[in-house]
Amino acid sequence: MAVQKDEVMSVTSSADIVLVRQIVRKWSVELGFSLIDQTKIVTAASELARNMVDYGGGGKLRLEALSEGIRRGLRLTFEDTGPGIPDIDLALKDGYTTGNGLGLGLSGSKRLMNEFEIYSRVGEGTRIAITKWR
Amino acid sequence: MSLNGKTTIPEILKKYQAELLTDWLKEQAAAGIRRDNFIKETELRQQCSEFLSLLTNATQSGNLSDIFAPEWSQVREMLTSISNSRTRQGFTPRDIALFVFSFKRPLFDHLRKEFAHNGEVLADEIWSATDLLDKLGLLTTEIYQKNREELIARQQEEMLELSTPVVKLWEGILALPLIGTLDSARTQIVMESLLQMIVETSSQVVIIDITGVPTVDTLVAQHLLKTVAAARLMGTDCIISGIRPQIAQTIVHLGVDLSDVTTKAKLGDAFLVALSRSGFKISRSEGEF
Repeated sequence: MAVQKDEVMSVTSSADIVLVRQIVRKWSVELGFSLIDQTKIVTAASELARNMVDYGGGGKLRLEALSEGIRRGLRLTFEDTGPGIPDIDLALKDGYTTGNGLGLGLSGSKRLMNEFEIYSRVGEGTRIAITKWR
Repeated sequence: MSLNGKTTIPEILKKYQAELLTDWLKEQAAAGIRRDNFIKETELRQQCSEFLSLLTNATQSGNLSDIFAPEWSQVREMLTSISNSRTRQGFTPRDIALFVFSFKRPLFDHLRKEFAHNGEVLADEIWSATDLLDKLGLLTTEIYQKNREELIARQQEEMLELSTPVVKLWEGILALPLIGTLDSARTQIVMESLLQMIVETSSQVVIIDITGVPTVDTLVAQHLLKTVAAARLMGTDCIISGIRPQIAQTIVHLGVDLSDVTTKAKLGDAFLVALSRSGFKISRSEGEF
């Protein structure tokens, strides 16, 4: 698997979330994703970016255009240095939230993408990498 | 003077004010500041001479490093007003900063003449002068930036107001065509204006059209559900229309439950449902017009 291109942006406010959606949409269009996949990727990015701003105190997003053989993909890595998630299984449960949202953002973005990796340590931060292949 | 730890810049400014002004004006013309169409020669001369005398006054305190000290307040005010007026006139931040930076050469020339035989003092003096003028120049850029930010904030507010119209489609039927991002601040305005219109028009059905919303994530869905719930509390039914295929699929994957709400793909379909719920029927007339 090779990384064709990458970019890092900082995400600290809700205005940045709008920017995340725009950039992720641009990248998925460039990579030739279908309209449905574009929408899924943008929505997942929007969820995770908002989680990062709301619960992680802001962080960074790395976008990577991947290629593996003939297939191409987009990987988004969200990394913050916030409080971390104590119980990842619980956090991934539909309807579970520590805030006042619907509790579907994390689990929903997992369903919207092909690959979903989460790494979190209490007190250190959270890193979530999601990938969509076409 | 620098030999005993004190700078002579204030004295030089005072002593050579007239020459400095002439040189500075020449320098500004040479720097290619776009001004001929915007600022008249006399106006520029007046601005420069006023700035120069304020600068001279401020330096008399001996403080050349902290331009945010009270003795510099008049200089800051002058720069702010110059910066503001030039921004309005369409100057670039480069042009505005050059107003200050172009003063470097005239001042340095005089310092050089004064300390031609004392390189060490000259270096010290030039450093103080460049430090001071850099700070003042950067201040104009900061002011420019602040003006821009205010402009953006104002436009954002205008957009909030503009993009949330509630339209009366028919007797008892309202439509709310949503466009753009549904962030919290805007949703608040949308909710308020919708509920207000429901009371004013005593409508029974509201159609919320999300054709113009590019991304429906859980936050947007939650806002929609809350709006529907609030309208329902007032005795009004809500129909959500404009759900495109990709949005429908995404909502399903996210796991958002919209089954309590009537949804339609197109605004027209939603309008038909709304009409039939209010007891209206549409029929094509058979006679000739």
